[in-house]
Amino acid sequence: MVKLYIPLDMAAVAMGADRLAAAVAQEAAARGETIEIVRNGSRGMLWLEPLIEVETPAGRVGYGPAKVKDVASLFDAGFLTGGAHLLNIGIVDEHPWMKKQNRVTFVRCGVIDPLSVAEYEAHDGFKGLKRAFEIGPVAVVEEVTKSGLRGRGGAGFPTGIKWKTVADCPPGQKYVVVNADEGDSGTFADRMIMEGDPLSLIEGMLICGYAVGASKGYIYLRSEYPIVAKVFQAAIEKALEAGWLGKNIKGSGFDFDVELRIGAGAYVCGEETSLLESLEGKRGIVRAKPPLPAHVGLFGKPTVINNVLSMATIPMIMEKGAKHYADLGVGRSRGTMPLQIAGNVKYGGLFETDFGIPLGVVVNEIGGGTRSGRPVRAVQVGGPLGAYVPVSLFDLPIDYEAFAAKDSLIGHGGLVVFDDTVDMAWMARFGMEFCAIESCGKCTPCRLGSTRGVETIDKIRNGMDVDANIELLKDLCHTMKFGSLCALGGFAPYPVESALRHFPEDFRKPALEAAE
Amino acid sequence: MRNVQAEREEMSGAAQYNDERAREIIAAHMGLEGPAMPILHALQKEFGYVPDAAVKEMAEALNISRAEMHGVVTFYHDFHRAPHGRHTLKICRAESCQSMGAERQARAFLDKLKLDWGGTTPDGALSVEAVYCLGLCAHSPSALYDGEPIGRVDAEMLDEIAAEARD
Repeated sequence: MVKLYIPLDMAAVAMGADRLAAAVAQEAAARGETIEIVRNGSRGMLWLEPLIEVETPAGRVGYGPAKVKDVASLFDAGFLTGGAHLLNIGIVDEHPWMKKQNRVTFVRCGVIDPLSVAEYEAHDGFKGLKRAFEIGPVAVVEEVTKSGLRGRGGAGFPTGIKWKTVADCPPGQKYVVVNADEGDSGTFADRMIMEGDPLSLIEGMLICGYAVGASKGYIYLRSEYPIVAKVFQAAIEKALEAGWLGKNIKGSGFDFDVELRIGAGAYVCGEETSLLESLEGKRGIVRAKPPLPAHVGLFGKPTVINNVLSMATIPMIMEKGAKHYADLGVGRSRGTMPLQIAGNVKYGGLFETDFGIPLGVVVNEIGGGTRSGRPVRAVQVGGPLGAYVPVSLFDLPIDYEAFAAKDSLIGHGGLVVFDDTVDMAWMARFGMEFCAIESCGKCTPCRLGSTRGVETIDKIRNGMDVDANIELLKDLCHTMKFGSLCALGGFAPYPVESALRHFPEDFRKPALEAAE
Repeated sequence: MRNVQAEREEMSGAAQYNDERAREIIAAHMGLEGPAMPILHALQKEFGYVPDAAVKEMAEALNISRAEMHGVVTFYHDFHRAPHGRHTLKICRAESCQSMGAERQARAFLDKLKLDWGGTTPDGALSVEAVYCLGLCAHSPSALYDGEPIGRVDAEMLDEIAAEARD
């Protein structure tokens, strides 16, 4: 019996992994070979998807990107014993892309069967929760604080402080909410971990619930991720069957339930208060803060709301201790960041590394430059609300503070690479248009400012009063940044301002024709 | 108008709307905390869209005004207020896909079908929607056809999808 791995990851499926798995099974049957196909998460080398891995005595040998048409030749080449083939990438763990990483949050992703509780436990799963039960809730919160973990959703708020605030609220109904509304273009880390290692997220929620005194957890997942919904729901059921969810978990006296909820295509619901409104069944309108969700959250109760990556990193911090995590990284950016390399890039994928790596190294060395083969012109870091960074700033280290000092942000760690054909004035217009489409409408700077922004950029692109309109646009950006209620209106100016600052020539092209 | 609507409902493979079934669906979710979103998803799954009559039933069950309920339904891009095409193609137009030429490609495809974003072909076969990121950004441009993810979408693949939808 030969064990094969073919990812169930949405990106792998988008490149034909389901059809490939069926073809491999059929070909094996026709040739009388007994094989077992495990549908794993992705290793993150997305340009190699679908990647078939074959278990051999020497380790797992990879073949990718594999298509249905390659199946017969793979069998002919003896791939079941790791045979030579054009698609053979060698032992997957030895691949340079894997070797250069420091996988902490993603240590199990792509390695284990995501829906096997036994495999999860065999790979150190639930050790963090067991330790949490031993040291008690107060010590758990202290440990998370000491680890220096900051929210991976974008704002980078210290996770431990959030937890402590909820833990300090009087006992009663409290909630744990996971923000899986990963809407930023260029990001897919939440999706990958929920498909590849969903039990780590469940364990993180359990530890959180135990630490703050909550017995119910919700995951708010965006509707654009149908495969996550299936895999994660199955993972919840597996955890329930194995006694890791429900009443009196493993004799600890701690009760906890997890429920998956699906959003409905509103980007703003990734903003935590809008998300809570949506969970309550209302329009996803942003709430004014204070009160903080930690005090008055879901259904008015104290609520911890964390990003998927923050929560999925908790089990490892609890298992290995705060110091182990805090020793990684630079300055106030502790631990690792799962970077997502995307857009016009040769080697796109997920690359988890300690904070501090220079942006240019990520784009050019790890990402291999553009897919088109043309020169890199800009990289948008941190999603649609993130700044466009020019090549001249490529020595900028991946570090929350270093990016902030350059009016940029790391956000959720997505990097979208553009080549020299990009029209930055068009991208600035799109940034405003996106904000106009997705604005919840509560505050004026965001609701009206975004539409005025589109109109003003149109005038600039049409060569009308360019100088005056650029000044007007800058003024508008300033108003949106400081007058908006949440990060949507407040950060939408970042891509626009960075485009103006670093690529002014794109705003002064004579009589542009509409790019659409 | 009525006729077109009835025709589309028939062709979409979704169940014909009736109050009784809507009430059953609503009742099945009333035990949840904050049941509105799960109900809306379930109604749309059953009927292919969220009819006004269902909004009225929901408002009654949730004890909120119809205006408030209407506000919820219309806030979210996913919920349709009228019958949709039999097939749905969501094309990503977020930044990552734009870096690989998605905008131009999508525009050309829409022009060919004489549609705008959110439009449905006159035969009711295909609705084309914009989506802002599918998390397939290492395989841009990407799309989602009836829930099936597709990476590295090109013009030929889009044409094939349009042809298949009309079969």
